[in-house]
Amino acid sequence: MKYKDSTSYYQLFFACAIAVSIAMLLPQVALAHIESGEAGGFLSGLSHPVSGLDHIIAMVAVGLWGAQLGMPAIWVLPVAFPMMMAFGGMLGLIGIPLPGVEVGIALSAVVLGALVLGEVRVSLALSVPIVAFFALFHGHAHGTELQEGQNAMLYSLGFVISTGLLHASGIVIGLLHRWQSGRIVLRGAGTLVMVGGLYFLWQALS
Amino acid sequence: MNYLRKNFWLFAVFALLPTVAHAHLVNSGLGPFYDGTLHLLLSPGDLLGLLAAALLAGLRGPRASRLTVIVMPAAWLLFGLVGLNMPTSLQLPGLSVLSFMVLGALVALDPKHLPEWAVAALAGLFGALHGLLNGSALAAIGAGTVSLLGIVTTVFVLTLIVASLIVPLRRAWMRIAVRVAGSWVAAVGMLMFGWLVRGAG
Repeated sequence: MKYKDSTSYYQLFFACAIAVSIAMLLPQVALAHIESGEAGGFLSGLSHPVSGLDHIIAMVAVGLWGAQLGMPAIWVLPVAFPMMMAFGGMLGLIGIPLPGVEVGIALSAVVLGALVLGEVRVSLALSVPIVAFFALFHGHAHGTELQEGQNAMLYSLGFVISTGLLHASGIVIGLLHRWQSGRIVLRGAGTLVMVGGLYFLWQALS
Repeated sequence: MNYLRKNFWLFAVFALLPTVAHAHLVNSGLGPFYDGTLHLLLSPGDLLGLLAAALLAGLRGPRASRLTVIVMPAAWLLFGLVGLNMPTSLQLPGLSVLSFMVLGALVALDPKHLPEWAVAALAGLFGALHGLLNGSALAAIGAGTVSLLGIVTTVFVLTLIVASLIVPLRRAWMRIAVRVAGSWVAAVGMLMFGWLVRGAG
């Protein structure tokens, strides 16, 4: 290849230099170490429990039933549920399968709704295992859905806080239990939860 | 001169070449002390355990709180200095999670028979572990004692504030709310164990 003059030579050299320079501008090893995904992780965890109606009605029902049962169930049940739910989530994360998760979640709404509807009074020794058993299914299904790049601890924190606040909503609604008409309203709410659970059960089985 | 003018863009492009990008946060501009403060406030694992220790101390009364307010920051500082001078490469995420999970579970259980010194000892163990990890991390990035002092001062202030808010609580529902908060910390710990096993923690 021949060049007519030095100008052409310079132009070619200049073009090559720019191409090489641009290639060299590509970033090298980035030893970045900042944490990432904090806000996304927390908000994702916070919003996850309220994104599924099956989850919502069961957790509100726990609060309602606790309010009907009175002290100490009113606070023991909402403590037992998130802890066992977290345990269920841990089982899911470490790969221990739990059969019939969707059926279990739907059944939780059916049973808890029926208990609220019937204003069933049982001892703490029985109510805690009932709630804890169903919490396992909720945790196994929902506690493990961390999106790529999000912070696991803040996801877990948001998830647990959101679940607890749903229980608190149930407890606050359950304060209606002080009045006779309120008790009827609560039993009506139990009916709604149970019907919702039956719908989800039908969906899970079909 | 003509040569420089002709090759101006070539020089300009070369001037933009990156070296190995030891990327990190934009300098906060707050100085090492407040960088240490921010480090703690932006570390949820450290904060959860600190919160649980302070809640536990507050539930167990003034004496446990006084002991904890002294012991936990002191242990944090002492082992932080150890970490600064003899940094360990161990990350110990499982132990870190276990520490705040146990403290959260104790808050939820509200053990009336747990001696005050035991509360302070547990808080001290938590402080020692996190002090060692913080000190080692600070040594790795070339930060010094001032950053560690920022962390420890924040530990002291937060423990003091939380414990002193809890101690005077007498109404049953308020103490229950504290225990519920402890159960949430324990629940987060359980989920974190799962994440660690899965490798996402």
